[in-house]
Amino acid sequence: MQFFFEVLIGGLLSGVLYALVALGFVLIFKASGVFNFAQGAMVFFAALTFVGFLEVLPGWTGLEAGGRAVFWLAFVLSLGAMVLLAIATERIVLRPLVNQPPITLFMATIGLTFLVEGIAQGIWGANVRGLNLGIKDEPIEYMMENFNILISSFDVFAAAVAAILVAALALFFQYTRIGRALRAVADDHQAALSIGIPLRHIWVIVWAVAGFVALVAGMIWGARNGVQFALTFTALKALPVLILGGFTSVPGAIVGGLIIGASEKLAEVYVGPFVGGGIESWFPYILALAFLLVRPEGLFGEKHIDRV
Amino acid sequence: MLYREAGQFKASYEADQQIFPILQDRVGVLLLIGFFALVVPLFADQYWLKAILIPVLIFSLAAIGLNILTGYAGQLSLGSAAFMAVGAFGAYNFMLRIDGMPFLVAILLGGLCAAAVGVVFGLPSLRIKGFYLAVATLAAQFFIVWALVKIEWFSNYSSSGVITAQEIEILGFAFDGPVSKYLLTLFVVVVMALLAKNMVRSTTGRMWMAVRDMDVAAEVIGIRLMRTKLTAFAVSSFYCGVAGALYAYTYIGTVEPEGFNLDLSFKILFMIIIGGVGSIMGSFLGAAFIVLLPIALDVFVPMFLGDLVSSSFVSNLQLIVFGGLIVFFLIVEPHGLARLWQIGKEKLRLWPFPH
Repeated sequence: MQFFFEVLIGGLLSGVLYALVALGFVLIFKASGVFNFAQGAMVFFAALTFVGFLEVLPGWTGLEAGGRAVFWLAFVLSLGAMVLLAIATERIVLRPLVNQPPITLFMATIGLTFLVEGIAQGIWGANVRGLNLGIKDEPIEYMMENFNILISSFDVFAAAVAAILVAALALFFQYTRIGRALRAVADDHQAALSIGIPLRHIWVIVWAVAGFVALVAGMIWGARNGVQFALTFTALKALPVLILGGFTSVPGAIVGGLIIGASEKLAEVYVGPFVGGGIESWFPYILALAFLLVRPEGLFGEKHIDRV
Repeated sequence: MLYREAGQFKASYEADQQIFPILQDRVGVLLLIGFFALVVPLFADQYWLKAILIPVLIFSLAAIGLNILTGYAGQLSLGSAAFMAVGAFGAYNFMLRIDGMPFLVAILLGGLCAAAVGVVFGLPSLRIKGFYLAVATLAAQFFIVWALVKIEWFSNYSSSGVITAQEIEILGFAFDGPVSKYLLTLFVVVVMALLAKNMVRSTTGRMWMAVRDMDVAAEVIGIRLMRTKLTAFAVSSFYCGVAGALYAYTYIGTVEPEGFNLDLSFKILFMIIIGGVGSIMGSFLGAAFIVLLPIALDVFVPMFLGDLVSSSFVSNLQLIVFGGLIVFFLIVEPHGLARLWQIGKEKLRLWPFPH
């Protein structure tokens, strides 16, 4: 039973990371109706930019390498890079494609994925880099002693960051002027336009916010597995999370992430040995697929009604 | 002036219904096939045949497959490479396990295996559509590759699922050189492309297009959604499967399941976006473009920039150029290269007196 709980908790915590990536998708989909396939590439880009700045900043500014000042400066600069990326995306990709069918925009973001990956590696090089956020990846002693369960403190930290991020986003959406505008656009583009909300600014903002989420996700993923190209594949795991949780729901992304994370780990441990292992690669998709057959709009998604 | 259908009267139903109703098209297609079947093998060297012409043909076939599903029936799929894998491994097993299996029958059976798998993974399309379906096809992509690696029977118990294609022999003639393999590929691809061209203007094809344009409306006028969508999945996977079998037998020779990864699926998707969604000829143009572009970059970038650039820069440049082109085409010419040809044809019709 202890083993079961260990696997379950480990899975839930890795699900938090999927949820973080999925969150970026949901934000963009809600506000602009674009299914942003490039979110994974943005995570990779953000993480690589952050690590890259960490490496070069001490040389440029004379700050102490590995110090706090460098860390925050790199964070701010990476955030700036993500905002630039958001502006460029809106200008180059979204604006010319306004009013195109959503599937065209989806394919455009696949193109954007390649573009962003190429640019990221072109600037910072393609080698794998470690990232140390100063949080130890060790079991928490308290849980070890009292419950005999191994839980990494890093995973708990990641979960805390995710919780703070979601809370902050919820507050931002609920109480700020921009947040209200974002919700209005998400509800109804035309109505939002007609009361004078500048759609283009909103898109830039929402892509920038998604970039910020990507940066946080990229830092945590990167600290876990190293900043490398494989990040883009891990980010693909966010897709079944989305179809499970529904494209338009922030709580859906979180709950979906937890379900996917927990179930894939449990399946790997309890079912994997019977079929040769490695089922993590496809299990989430099949699970999401099976789920879709029952509920095509996901757990929390809006029901889609067609008109003829 | 050269390309004008004026004066070509269709006096019978047969004449009205042929695949290429305009004389110039008929002559053009015959000339093209003749050129590639007779002239090219005489002059092309090994490199051109092996590294360019054969892959272009094979990918054209795969692109036609995806185009049937995405361009004509409107169901976006991100798993075409997996169906190619099914075709390749299916053909391999038929060749391996049945004595005296004719090659052409084996690749067709491989295609049928892919079609069957395609129907299974097409079932969700009855309930879900759009992005949800695109993500669902990723399940096919990952599951099939995993199954081919893990279930060792498929690869005859070789390590990590690598298979080596058997020798091809038809009626006692061994297809072992690049020229003979090229001609064999060309034959299969031309026949299947013509079949596809014919199919998309038949009842089946028109039903696909009706479903693509609006499935509810299509249902109202009496088109059975389930049958239409599933035939699209079956035919599309069949084409991809045959392409995969050819990929293993006439192009690479030794393949592993991991070779049919998501990247390959994306490549095929790019081919139809750049070539033209919903166009058979576009599939050929797109495949040629996508196969030739990396080779061109590899050759020309070092030529102009010399030692300034490393090979990793070139591979990153490839990503950037691919991504940029996709965005560019979607914005500027959403119907792809095929549309450019269409425009060219209309110009030719009036040329040299445009008014």
